[in-house]
Amino acid sequence: MLNNSPYFRQPASVSSVMLRVLAALIPGIAVYVWFFGAAILIQILLASAAALAGEAAMLKIRGKPVLLFLADGSALVTAWLIALTFPPIGPWWLVVLATLIAIVVAKHLYGGLGQNPFNPAMVAFCVMIVAYPQLMSQWPAVGFTDFSAQLGAIFGERHLDAMVMATPLDTLRTALHTAEAKATVAGVFGSNAAFGNIGGKGWEWVAVAYLLGGLWLIQQRIITWHMPAAFLGTLALIAGIASTAGPDKLAGPLFHILTGGAMLGAFFIVTDPVSGATTPKGKLIFAAGIALLTWIIRVFGAYPDGIAFATLLMNICVPLIDMATQPPVFGHKNDGKEGGKP
Amino acid sequence: MSRRLFKFHGGVKPAYNKESSNHEQIADAPLPAEFVIPLHQSIGGIPRPVVKAGEHVQKGQLIGGPDGSVSSAVHASTSGTVKAVEMRRMPHTSGLSALCVVIEPDGKDEWIGHAPVPWRTMSPGEVRNALRDAGVVGLGGAVFPSHLKVNPGKEGHLDTLVINGAECEPFITCDDMQMRERPDGIIKGAAILRDLTKARQVLIGVEDNKPEAIAAMRAAVERIGAERIDVVAVPTRYPAGGAKQLIRVLTGIEVPHGKRSTDYGVQCFNTGTAHAIYDALELGRPMISRIVTVAGNVERPRNYEVRFGTPMKDVVALCGPKPDTDRLIMGGPMMGFRMPGDEVPVVKATNCILVGSKVLFPPPPPEMPCIRCGECAKACPADLAPFEMYWFSRAKIFGKAQEYHLFDCIECGCCAYVCPSRIPLVDYYRFAKSEIWAREQEKEAADGARERYEFRLAREEREKQEKAARLAAKAAETKAKLAAAAVAGAEDDPKKALIAAAQARAEQQKTAAETKTNAE
Repeated sequence: MLNNSPYFRQPASVSSVMLRVLAALIPGIAVYVWFFGAAILIQILLASAAALAGEAAMLKIRGKPVLLFLADGSALVTAWLIALTFPPIGPWWLVVLATLIAIVVAKHLYGGLGQNPFNPAMVAFCVMIVAYPQLMSQWPAVGFTDFSAQLGAIFGERHLDAMVMATPLDTLRTALHTAEAKATVAGVFGSNAAFGNIGGKGWEWVAVAYLLGGLWLIQQRIITWHMPAAFLGTLALIAGIASTAGPDKLAGPLFHILTGGAMLGAFFIVTDPVSGATTPKGKLIFAAGIALLTWIIRVFGAYPDGIAFATLLMNICVPLIDMATQPPVFGHKNDGKEGGKP
Repeated sequence: MSRRLFKFHGGVKPAYNKESSNHEQIADAPLPAEFVIPLHQSIGGIPRPVVKAGEHVQKGQLIGGPDGSVSSAVHASTSGTVKAVEMRRMPHTSGLSALCVVIEPDGKDEWIGHAPVPWRTMSPGEVRNALRDAGVVGLGGAVFPSHLKVNPGKEGHLDTLVINGAECEPFITCDDMQMRERPDGIIKGAAILRDLTKARQVLIGVEDNKPEAIAAMRAAVERIGAERIDVVAVPTRYPAGGAKQLIRVLTGIEVPHGKRSTDYGVQCFNTGTAHAIYDALELGRPMISRIVTVAGNVERPRNYEVRFGTPMKDVVALCGPKPDTDRLIMGGPMMGFRMPGDEVPVVKATNCILVGSKVLFPPPPPEMPCIRCGECAKACPADLAPFEMYWFSRAKIFGKAQEYHLFDCIECGCCAYVCPSRIPLVDYYRFAKSEIWAREQEKEAADGARERYEFRLAREEREKQEKAARLAAKAAETKAKLAAAAVAGAEDDPKKALIAAAQARAEQQKTAAETKTNAE
């Protein structure tokens, strides 16, 4: 390789980017453990081990330098996102299988780092929720933090009836659409232990912690404000309009952005650079599209959350969005006439 | 001073490393044992050598005459004897050779007769010729012949003349030091350019990390009483010294790629060029030297006034290169070019000799795949999408790379500087550009060859037809003659007439056969 100018570079690397993304997840994980016990840490370990093993095996098969690419940290980011979007008391193989699907199929069969058109973690989520809808819907009841019981759920016999419940999103939809035709949003909120002040009990605080981590990522210039703002803004806007029109049957904006994977998605999932739009305008369109689809799937669909499917659907649109939103280059903005920011 | 400034998109803030070389005053580099002066030191036509081996030349004597209007003269850097006019290695990464005049100094350093140029009373064309014959070219690095830029534009006058003292590349301080020590010449040169281009205002842009230079230049403006000349501090951000970026910062005008800045009422000269124009017109001195920064892996970084043709190793030796030195770079660390050896000469484009080592400029870590993080697009001062151009250049889809404005790229290196995957992005663009140029040349060559071939075919066809026509005419003539003879002969001898007729037929067949063969 010729060594041409520039002869020095900013000390940035893919691994430093990925490590900072992992660091930004830590507050959210800490609050998660506080409310729902240490099971999530086991899931993160399982997913990380599976990701590194799958990554190493695929790199070896593809004849790539194994250590160099393992050290980039991208597999760990995928692993942690899978663990954080999966039920923490799911059987051990659920998250391991999901991670292998993400790394082997969604990432390496598409060409590895930088080449995958779909967000690997979301591919894994979609595959598993279609294949194992039951297991993917068993979330720990609030207050179920007994670590040995959680370990039992992950590795042993599963007698979970007393410990699991559906997610707030699931509960709300089931109540509104099936059981009682008379049910209202306010009624469901008041009568069910799954709900906290605004969103799901405990989950709303996890969401706040993700928000803090995400803001730090923006401050670190790892992500830009465009996608989180467009995603949360659009979701809140649609939910706001809808809940104003039908307050009995449709939840409000704060519920939507503090529940399910919305906050994690806004800062850590839709912002995946590889599978997302790249231009400023494109990022806004991309994230707004995910928010719109998420809301539709949440409200009218059959799955507990819609972010995964919405992300994959918008991933398909990325080449078109990027092509259509290329910003004008230097000298072509206003035909060279005086203008611009002072 | 509250002038409204504008921002350009992107840019980076590398470690500037300018403090090392801007403490000592500019010193004169001594005469080397021999000067190797390349004839081709500017954009445009290669000057013709006008001296021969063995000839004695004086300092400032013309040795290379400009070839046409887009070209610039070259002069002897000192008095001495021309030892040879021969091919020598050029200060270029390729290591290719070009025609140079090799001069052995006689040590007397005697000037050829020279006198101020009465430019105020000369026509614009005469002034341009004088600048061309004085060898004045842009000293910012692009070495574009300056006489072609001394042009008031379509409107007959410029709005803003920009003098570029931004000097944004790390390590380089030659403009900084010249502005501190020799501001009067720069301001006087700027005033000459102001009058030649009939500019409404002159804005001298200097990055605000050079407060001493700004103060010295402002003091010189006061002292000289120069009108409509303003020294403007611009924010320090690489590449603020790119001509288009500086024009944007000072005037808000963006000159698109491929357009003349005079069409937008602006023109830009480097501060060193302004000084050289002053030297050429007011003092009558042709361009034979420039200020060169020697920095990097040396004990005593400093600026030197170096005559063109001085071997780089002689200049570097003045500064004490450290033992682990492994390369010389002409220019700065962001855009400079690695030299093929240390014997290559200092030329008009040499603003800096950056001495490198593995410690100072370590080899880049292994290249990783692009993760489309967009850092490069954030850093690009030309508002391009560098990673898209990279994908297409890498895949050799050059048409798409051009659609993403490959040729608007100024190769400033900001994208590669920020890339977390350490992709040598600029190398990919250089590769794509050279491939596209090569293909265009190939296509032109192929078009030319096809035209020549088609012309030859047409010519051969025409010649065949002409020949056939000629032969047919001749055959008909012969036949007519024979027939006439036969008619005449038949009257006295029928047998003779028969023979003659047979002969005529044979002749005709033969001719026809020949014609046919030729036609084939």
